[in-house]
Amino acid sequence: MASITMKDLVKAYGDTEVLHHIEGDINDGEFIVIVGPSGCGKSTLLRMVAGLETVTSGEISIGDKVVNKLEPADRDIAMVFQNYALYPHMSVRENMAYGLKIRKIAKAEIDRRVREAADILEIGQYLDRKPRQLSGGQRQRVAMGRAIVRNPQVFLFDEPLSNLDAKLRVQMRLEIRKLQQRLGVTSIYVTHDQVEAMTLGDRLMVLNGGYVEQFGTPIELYDRPATLFVAGFIGSPSMNFLPAEAKDGTLTLGNGATVSGGGHSTGAVTLGIRPEHLMHDENGPIGISVQMFEQLGANTLLHGVLEGTDTEIVASMPGHVSTGEGSVMRFSAEASVLHVFDAASGKRIEE
Amino acid sequence: MLKRVHFPTSLLPYLLVAPQVIITLVFFVWPASQAVYQSFLIEDAFGISTEFVWFENFAYLASDEQYLGSFGRTIFFSVCVAVLSMSAALVLAGFADRIVRGATTYRTLLIWPYAVAPVLAGALWVFMFNPTLGIFPYILEFVGIDWNHYLNGSHAMMLVIFAAAWKQIAYNFLFYLAAMQSIPRSLIEAAAIDGAGPVRRFWDHIFPLVSPTTFFLLVINAVYAFFDTFGIIHAVTQGGPANATTILVYKVYNDGFVGLDLGGSAAQSVILMILVIAMTVVQFRYVERKVEY
Repeated sequence: MASITMKDLVKAYGDTEVLHHIEGDINDGEFIVIVGPSGCGKSTLLRMVAGLETVTSGEISIGDKVVNKLEPADRDIAMVFQNYALYPHMSVRENMAYGLKIRKIAKAEIDRRVREAADILEIGQYLDRKPRQLSGGQRQRVAMGRAIVRNPQVFLFDEPLSNLDAKLRVQMRLEIRKLQQRLGVTSIYVTHDQVEAMTLGDRLMVLNGGYVEQFGTPIELYDRPATLFVAGFIGSPSMNFLPAEAKDGTLTLGNGATVSGGGHSTGAVTLGIRPEHLMHDENGPIGISVQMFEQLGANTLLHGVLEGTDTEIVASMPGHVSTGEGSVMRFSAEASVLHVFDAASGKRIEE
Repeated sequence: MLKRVHFPTSLLPYLLVAPQVIITLVFFVWPASQAVYQSFLIEDAFGISTEFVWFENFAYLASDEQYLGSFGRTIFFSVCVAVLSMSAALVLAGFADRIVRGATTYRTLLIWPYAVAPVLAGALWVFMFNPTLGIFPYILEFVGIDWNHYLNGSHAMMLVIFAAAWKQIAYNFLFYLAAMQSIPRSLIEAAAIDGAGPVRRFWDHIFPLVSPTTFFLLVINAVYAFFDTFGIIHAVTQGGPANATTILVYKVYNDGFVGLDLGGSAAQSVILMILVIAMTVVQFRYVERKVEY
């Protein structure tokens, strides 16, 4: 088990820089999720830690050892791939034992460790099967089994659940979390699914276009997103953004309505309000021209535009609401849950 | 139950397959049946009369020491050509699969020999190994080898094996490279993380995973060595010295068109035909087995 440090990490292909000066400290035993849209460089970052991509400049350390130049095999890591990357010509047992066999560990010890990992993952009865005889979920377990028998310092997960169906994904997500807590191995997990990120990670690193937008606990990211991007990416359904004008602690929306907030800033800002923070209130300042309802059962999503403008806005209302399409409904929100961002830079403006 | 789709009958489908059917009939079925018929005949030395003798030609071949010797040589030749060209191609493809820069150039250069006609390939090797003029005999002399494939049967055999294998490397290379590139990259990366070095990765993963290709190429190369090497043999050694490089397909030509033993030659070609049919059946039966990733 070890900590991981990334210092001023840059990755470039030719002249194109795809990762820009990444900084990050990962503590021993921590579960870090790297999350971002596709093409943001998250897999590249993971593969750099794994040693499958070269480092253009900067430094990666695992434990207190700089690993920039080390082969993947010498980094004491294990990785679970998106397509599982099981060896198709080997049985489950051979797949799991392969890494140990290469390290010339005694046969009895290999058997013991494979058996132990198989018990943890409940794949004991499949040990003599070939990967093609297993279902997606079982292959996923074998891939994890192959990682844990090695007893590495670091686990790397590259979108391991994206090939599973929705139900299995939720189940495996919980299992991965439990497994990681039980083994206490430092882990980096890459995903584009923000729900996965929120539920799994001790801390989340949000990447966008090769930049770290924010690195913090899920609740920090939800409560105090540092940028417009993080605000829009974390939370489901995503945050509403309303253009506004700030002056003397008051925000004037596009249709002239005013909301208190914005602190000392002046000028063009973006007001962010999460759908679940909009409260139905007959005297509220925010009027929404309702266009349609989405019934989710436990709550209802109301889609519409800010009254008098064409800014789209979504509100989440508890229970079943189905009447009122075409009318204007009024909402208010507590000052503490409003997020104000600089309109130009997209950075959060602190109260 | 799915029902078969019925189209109104018309002449069009027959017209569309007609060219292929005609080509097969004229250029394959007809000559093949002629060969079979011919193999049952014995012609007198002056070509005046022919006699229908059933299997006498075949019976003669079974006891003909020259023919049996040629059979053994053919098998030796084929195994050497297949092993040599396939292992060379496997190594080259293994390298080509790893390199990133200049991969296209490297690949193109390796494919070129395939475009060389067998006779020309033979001619190239004849020049390079000419005992008096060639560059290789000159070099070999320094290590004390007196190369002369005109006199030495083993030298002649080696030379035709080299020439035939060299020409087939390009073909094998293409198939091996395609097979290697269809192995998911992550599999090899997983092996690297598991601690396997490049050589170990090759033997533990790449080689077993391309085994269907190996089997396919084995059949193809055997067929090639059996039948398509006539041009090389003809250009390099003409079956000599003292029949040291007379493989079956060359003997068919030699007995038939030089020795004018038409019946015996036809019987030999019928045997070759049966061999190639057998190999094709083997190929169709087992090559379909594919590795699942």
